[in-house]
Amino acid sequence: MGLIHRFFGINANAENAQKVNYQKTSYTIALTGNPNTGKSTIFNTLTGLNQHTGNWPGKTVLRAEGSYIYRGMVFNLVDLPGTYSLLANSVEEQVAGDYLCFSKPDATVVVVDATCLERNLNLALQVLEITSKVVVCVNLVDEAKRKGIEIDADSLAAELGVPVVSTAAREGFGLDKLLSAIAGVSTGSTITVPYTVKYAKRIEDALTKIEPQIRKLVGEEFNSRWLALRFLDKDQAVISAIQKWMTEKVPLHIKTGGTALA
Amino acid sequence: MSQPSSTSELRDILKEIERISPEVSLKFNDSIVSAIYSDAERITRKVVSQKGKHKVDWDKKLDDVLTSRTFGIPSMILLLALVFWITVTGANYPSAVLATVLFWGQDRLADLCVWLGAPSWVKGFFVEGIYRCLAWVVSVMLPPMAIFFPCFTLLEDMGYLPRVAFNLDYLFKKAGAHGKQSLTMSMGFGCNAAGVIACRIIESPRERLIAMLTNNFVPCNGRFPTLIALAGLLVLGAAGSFGATFIVMGIVLLGIVITLAVSRVLSATLLKGIPSSFTLELPPYRKPQVGRVIIRSIFDRTLFVLGRAVCVAAPAGAVTWLLANINVGELSVLAHCANWLNPFGRLLGMDGYILMAFILGLPANEIVLPILIMSYLATGSMVELDSIEALHQLFVVEHGWTWLTVLCVMLFSLLHYPCGTTLWTIWRESGSVKWTAFAAFIPLGVACAVCFVIALAARQAGWV
Repeated sequence: MGLIHRFFGINANAENAQKVNYQKTSYTIALTGNPNTGKSTIFNTLTGLNQHTGNWPGKTVLRAEGSYIYRGMVFNLVDLPGTYSLLANSVEEQVAGDYLCFSKPDATVVVVDATCLERNLNLALQVLEITSKVVVCVNLVDEAKRKGIEIDADSLAAELGVPVVSTAAREGFGLDKLLSAIAGVSTGSTITVPYTVKYAKRIEDALTKIEPQIRKLVGEEFNSRWLALRFLDKDQAVISAIQKWMTEKVPLHIKTGGTALA
Repeated sequence: MSQPSSTSELRDILKEIERISPEVSLKFNDSIVSAIYSDAERITRKVVSQKGKHKVDWDKKLDDVLTSRTFGIPSMILLLALVFWITVTGANYPSAVLATVLFWGQDRLADLCVWLGAPSWVKGFFVEGIYRCLAWVVSVMLPPMAIFFPCFTLLEDMGYLPRVAFNLDYLFKKAGAHGKQSLTMSMGFGCNAAGVIACRIIESPRERLIAMLTNNFVPCNGRFPTLIALAGLLVLGAAGSFGATFIVMGIVLLGIVITLAVSRVLSATLLKGIPSSFTLELPPYRKPQVGRVIIRSIFDRTLFVLGRAVCVAAPAGAVTWLLANINVGELSVLAHCANWLNPFGRLLGMDGYILMAFILGLPANEIVLPILIMSYLATGSMVELDSIEALHQLFVVEHGWTWLTVLCVMLFSLLHYPCGTTLWTIWRESGSVKWTAFAAFIPLGVACAVCFVIALAARQAGWV
């Protein structure tokens, strides 16, 4: 019986978990970005044939996962649906936002289009609200150059407080730098100081009231400022996910349509 | 931290939030979004530099006109009119040539039957039934399709279609429907069944149903040739192709208006709710790949649709010929049915044969006109049907059509139930017999009501 438990039971997982804590060798990386930014090109180039696809639980949204090895560490890449925002206007946005908030990947890569940075930064800023472990990948720099657009990656990194890497994924340009930036952020050797959006006074006042209460409730488990913002926006899906988490204490991975799936 | 206390804490938080912002309005969300946008703008200005004097941004200049509040919809109508005009004018010549060739073939086939000494019913069934129906479908449908599809695909390839959706979004939202419905409606111009499948892009089930139930109100390519031929009949001799373009344009716009009106009514009655928002990316304008577009649209669309029409036209031609030639008592079965439907047809400004053609044309809308011609021919004298003039002779001179008849046939064709393929698709997509029935009977009701009112008004006013 003991043997079976060791292999299949809960104990086996617990032992593994302890080992992982001791020396973590595998990291989960989320890949997000607007549609048409070359996100899939990056995903395919990094993972090669090591990928498998399926649907997000209960959703007709494609979920692609893949892995690659870098400096002896395994990186599992989760390709989130392409979205313009995370404010839950569509199923895709909900899936992406929930994954970042509740599954807490070790690092998140935001792919932005160098030819229209402003629109893409909206998503990047929202991701920075949820997680500090972010790498911004400014893709399509070759196309931008042709249009006479130049982006100062260093000053963008200084503004956002996270590593910024310029790439042209189709040509393979900059991908080595991207890999090392991802490794740096996910192992914690790169310290990030993420930019925080300053909202109107009415909202900031409300946040200072609500956020401590939410922190008291969820502890350091989830990003309390983001949750407070979603609560104030009356995002019913997020509210009921937290409700369910509190009553059942199940680890929230992906919430679908208001129900949590462990 | 015990569970009951934490649950009550959550309730306290929610209560507090309710106190801070009691309204359910989007104001809060707007404020969050605008803060993010202004920060993104500030950062962008800091880190992005435009090197050298960039040449004129044509995309932006074009969009300033094509998607502007004032010129957006007029320029859209103009473009659509241009496409119709090219189609109507361009289709005349090849249509006439094809008809001449194909009906010459009919005579030779008839000669062959005579030479073989085949019984007259063989000649009737195969030559006057199946072959003639096929010949009509090919000569009437092929030229407009071969011109309209490439034009439409060119607009699509240039990146214009998302702009159409952008222009119409406001109207659809006003009608309580989803903005993406303008895209599925555009798909419907190609084929209503394809339009219904395209409704999958609308997430909300309520709005998806509205889009599916109203897709039939834009004329698909099966009905375009019918509309174009009838429009030609209406302006015969007069302004010619300009007049015909004008009429087809009017019919299409009416279809869009009715789409919006029915959507509005549905969203206020059967399918209540508020429209949801969506993000639409306007891709950059691209130079269309003309050669590839033409080849692709001819093979993927024109030949595909034509093949389907031919598959349906052959049996339909056979059935029509049988109905017109099997006599019960004095009259043929077709004449019996038509006579029975006649009073109802008259009420709608048409006649029994026309209604019969619409009923027999359920499998595919493109065969309505051929069926009608066949049933008229079976009861009247034989004519060479190779031009609009011949059509005029048959419809107007021999069967007493007036402008009202033509108008009512066009309107009925625009509005009546979707074809069998589309209904089957709606059933597959909605998974519900009830909604499929609605998809058939709502348009039928609208079509009958519109034709009835117009016929009544015209007769009361003494215009006919």
